[in-house]
Amino acid sequence: MNEKMPKPLLFRVQFWLIAILIIAVYVWAFLGMDFAGIQSTAKTVTLSILKGFAHPDWSFVHMEGGEDLLSGLLETLIISLLGTVVSAFVCIPFAFWASANMSRGWAASGTGKIVLTIIRVIPELIVAILFVKAVGPGAFAGVLALGIHSIGMLAKLYSETIETIDPGPSEALTASGANRFQVLVFAVLPQVIPQFLSYSIYRFEINMRSATTLGLVGAGGIGTALIFALQTRNWSRVAIILYGIIVLITITDLISGWLRKKIV
Amino acid sequence: MNSPAAPTPTPTPTPNQAPRPLPVPPGRYKRYAAWMVGIVLFVICCYQVEVTPIKLMNGIPEMGKLIGEMFPPDWSYFPTIWEPMIQTVQIAIMGTTLGAILAIPVALLCANNIVTAKAVTIPVRIILNLVRTIPDLLFASIFVAVFGIGPFAGMLALMFFSFGLIAKLTFEAIEAIDPGPIEAMTAVGANKIKIIAFGVVPQILPYFVSYLLYTFEVNVRAASVLGLVGAGGIGLLLDRSLGLFRYDRACIIILLTLAIVLVIDYASNVVRRKLL
Repeated sequence: MNEKMPKPLLFRVQFWLIAILIIAVYVWAFLGMDFAGIQSTAKTVTLSILKGFAHPDWSFVHMEGGEDLLSGLLETLIISLLGTVVSAFVCIPFAFWASANMSRGWAASGTGKIVLTIIRVIPELIVAILFVKAVGPGAFAGVLALGIHSIGMLAKLYSETIETIDPGPSEALTASGANRFQVLVFAVLPQVIPQFLSYSIYRFEINMRSATTLGLVGAGGIGTALIFALQTRNWSRVAIILYGIIVLITITDLISGWLRKKIV
Repeated sequence: MNSPAAPTPTPTPTPNQAPRPLPVPPGRYKRYAAWMVGIVLFVICCYQVEVTPIKLMNGIPEMGKLIGEMFPPDWSYFPTIWEPMIQTVQIAIMGTTLGAILAIPVALLCANNIVTAKAVTIPVRIILNLVRTIPDLLFASIFVAVFGIGPFAGMLALMFFSFGLIAKLTFEAIEAIDPGPIEAMTAVGANKIKIIAFGVVPQILPYFVSYLLYTFEVNVRAASVLGLVGAGGIGLLLDRSLGLFRYDRACIIILLTLAIVLVIDYASNVVRRKLL
């Protein structure tokens, strides 16, 4: 902010180097966008999209014994619930493995952290594609994909919680002769469970959003209907699905926000 | 994880009566009932979407077979996927930046301590929340329909996606800033633009850059699957390889994506830790 003070040369050189680097990155990225120009059909397509969004296909909300909006949304909700519940339990051993104060030696917690990072960085849709290939299309692949992917993030957050606990109770229990399991159950878990629950509910919100698109690769949920509607350019159906997704996610966000506020 | 064997902690009367009594924990039966309800719900959910242990048992050998077909990866495919991979990163950079630029005015409009009129902040927030509920792949599909197949549609999709994320994180950070400088500047008669430029921006800038980098990390992952709907990047090749059952090629694509994402995550984490 202070322009009058002369800045050291090194600082200025560093500043300009970083600036040139950032500009170079942007020029490079911009050149990669090879914009082909607006297509001749763009206007009619845009108009039909807008028309579809103005007149959503209400008949899709509920259809007799078919794949309608409500059943799709229910399936989405269940996929994300099951994925979250499964990962919330499965990730507990991973969390203890990765936390520095619970596993013996830095080598154990270090490898745990690396494994979790690798799980975390694979995009969930890629996980979903692999599970669709392995167990066949359907909600089961979606549950597995969300469950596996969530382990990476939940276990990381869990292990960070475990690392910040008060060591007093564990020491007291160890001093009075409790074994490792008893220390875990009576000293560690009571301290971390509220935080665990809060993180799991937060992850549920994220999973809800992912579950809406899982169907695009055949892993169940409302995305299945969405991809059919998109492929056939049935914009009024896309619109009603989108409105359904917005309503569902808004409601689940409100509920989970309220729950998290109650817990912590 | 509440072990049934755990002794129910009963509030013991203490000589120094606490001003507020601790909430009485629910009794043992209530806890059992809660677990029962939870388990029944879980089973109903499993039944509804046909998730059964038998399916899992059948799936495990299939998964093993799939992984067996993925290795060894087809290294000769590497030169072909390099360019789409670079394009993926370019899409993520452009989408994140454009989204961040869009997010700045909206974040300022959302923050209660900058815009005091509730009539402005609440509608803007509602719109922001709505934008955030729309999946990025849906944005991408719509833009592909309008602008044709290619990275441009992907860039626009990520732009809207990052806009929602950055605007939300930034307005929450703006609301948490120290009000001192703003009050001081208001007292000496600064106008809104001056207050924002000299009272808000210096406080918020490190957070903003940190959120930008975080969104970039998320976007690189998102960009790697955008190709599934035709919006450019590596996803198209992944889809094609899987469609042709070339799992060795899919494997090299996944490995390269993994490597790029890890490098970007690491670099951005280093920068973010320096910033905050």
